[in-house]
Amino acid sequence: MIVTRTQKAGFSLYAGLLLLVFYFPVFCIIVASLSERRFFSFPYPAEMMTTKWYENAIDSPQVADFVGISLRIAGLTAVVSVIIGFFSALAYARYRWKGRKTFQRLVLLPLFFPQSVLGLALLMWYNFLNITPAWWTAAIAHTVWIAPITTLIISIQAYGLDESLEEAARDMGASRWQILTKITIPLLMPAMISATCFAILLSWGNFALSLFTTGADSALPEWLYARMTTGYQPLVPAVGVLSVMVAVVFVIILFGIISWTNRKSRKSIASH
Amino acid sequence: MNPPFWKKFFGPGLIGSLSATPFLLLMLFGFVAPLLCVVWFGLMPPKTFELLQAPTLENYRTIFEQTYFKSILWSLALAVATVIILLIICYPLAFAIAKIFRGGGYFITYAIVTSLFVSENIRLFGWVIGFMKNGVVGGTLAKYFDIQIDSLLYNIPVIILGMVYVYLPFMLFPLVLGIKMIPDPVREAAFDMGANRWQVFRKIDLPLSMPGVMIGSLLVFVLSIGAISEAKILGGQKVVTIASDIETEFTYAQNWPLGSALSTVFIALTMVVVFLTLSRFDLEKLLGKKSS
Repeated sequence: MIVTRTQKAGFSLYAGLLLLVFYFPVFCIIVASLSERRFFSFPYPAEMMTTKWYENAIDSPQVADFVGISLRIAGLTAVVSVIIGFFSALAYARYRWKGRKTFQRLVLLPLFFPQSVLGLALLMWYNFLNITPAWWTAAIAHTVWIAPITTLIISIQAYGLDESLEEAARDMGASRWQILTKITIPLLMPAMISATCFAILLSWGNFALSLFTTGADSALPEWLYARMTTGYQPLVPAVGVLSVMVAVVFVIILFGIISWTNRKSRKSIASH
Repeated sequence: MNPPFWKKFFGPGLIGSLSATPFLLLMLFGFVAPLLCVVWFGLMPPKTFELLQAPTLENYRTIFEQTYFKSILWSLALAVATVIILLIICYPLAFAIAKIFRGGGYFITYAIVTSLFVSENIRLFGWVIGFMKNGVVGGTLAKYFDIQIDSLLYNIPVIILGMVYVYLPFMLFPLVLGIKMIPDPVREAAFDMGANRWQVFRKIDLPLSMPGVMIGSLLVFVLSIGAISEAKILGGQKVVTIASDIETEFTYAQNWPLGSALSTVFIALTMVVVFLTLSRFDLEKLLGKKSS
């Protein structure tokens, strides 16, 4: 499309401003986490900068507990929702079957549903089944929300799956199991790895679903929320920044995989 | 020779439904059953935790006699405001990402996607630090411009700011997908035939990117109507939304049946909006699959 230089500059300026506003809260949290004072006020002199809240946060056994619970929830959620997502992506994008259209709509339903209400509904369901909520019941709640997302991510690649490869393997006498493990899974592997990262990240940051479904075990976002609503504590921004850093590591892995697969597929198209 | 019967059994149709089974089971036991549980619990007498009693409509009477409709209206108003503001903010940016920027578009996309993975509480707390008394904004104004301001928190515009901020990615990316579907030659043809920018926007851009606009608006609407944290963290107790009303019934008030009845009303309201919108267009188009 033809755009003049001024138009492009205008759009760039707009995008830049939006990004600045977008990252303003992150900047605020970092500033607050480095302030030595118990009651934050801005600006503070440079000699009052400290990393002691980070040390406190890392040393705190309480924080470690919440991190452990959040990690356990994220791990279980990721494994289960990627396995379920793999098969439902095949049903979504690859196979022709009778209920496919309805299924495709059904997959989206949990995404278009208010999460806090879903969490509550699960709480009542556990109560009805006489299950005491704990970290693994929160993982079920996260899975209900994240499995549709992993399905969609893997589906995008499953649409591009070359059916002739599977057919060729079948013609040469490969069993269904062999086709699955030697052809389908390796071909969809990049999407499955991105889906795993997505699942871990979304579960790690989720609050609305955890709020009602973790029972006595509290996840990290819940702990932060409880501290935030009861007044300022300097530990909160420090833990917040640390939690962001964990997320950033996964984001880097995720984007690395995405650009790697993009380059690979471009190469394979070029070589044809 | 006829293929053995099991081969037919594993034909293309069945393998599809077999692969869908784990997901369908998850939905049955993790989504449908809990929702039925909520609806049924809403019919139980108030302040019980038992599910096996004679159903009654008492909770619904309470809802309509008391002021709960107020919090429903607040939630609706906040959600609609968020959707409208986000449409206005995001459309130009989405247009730039889809049609104008090259490498820069990826950078913006990554920068915004990354924020999705940070707990929304942490991001909202950043605004609290920015806007509280002697916070980043107030402190800067006092020190360098000699303007004294009190806390900017705990009012309705700040709640809307929080919701706009948290749900921006959910509007932006569907819009980008939608705008990418506009074929450039159509726009160029319109310009060649003398249409001005506004006409092209009204007659070509907007209608052709409608699926993205609808999906984005719907996602943002559903997410923000169920929002809890924004009104609590940024809004103090200024506005009580339906979601925090429901939360109160389940925590402090310990009135699960009333909370369930409220949830049922809330779900019904949301679902009506979602189904009305979803039934109007084909979703497969947005995922890049040409309609088969």
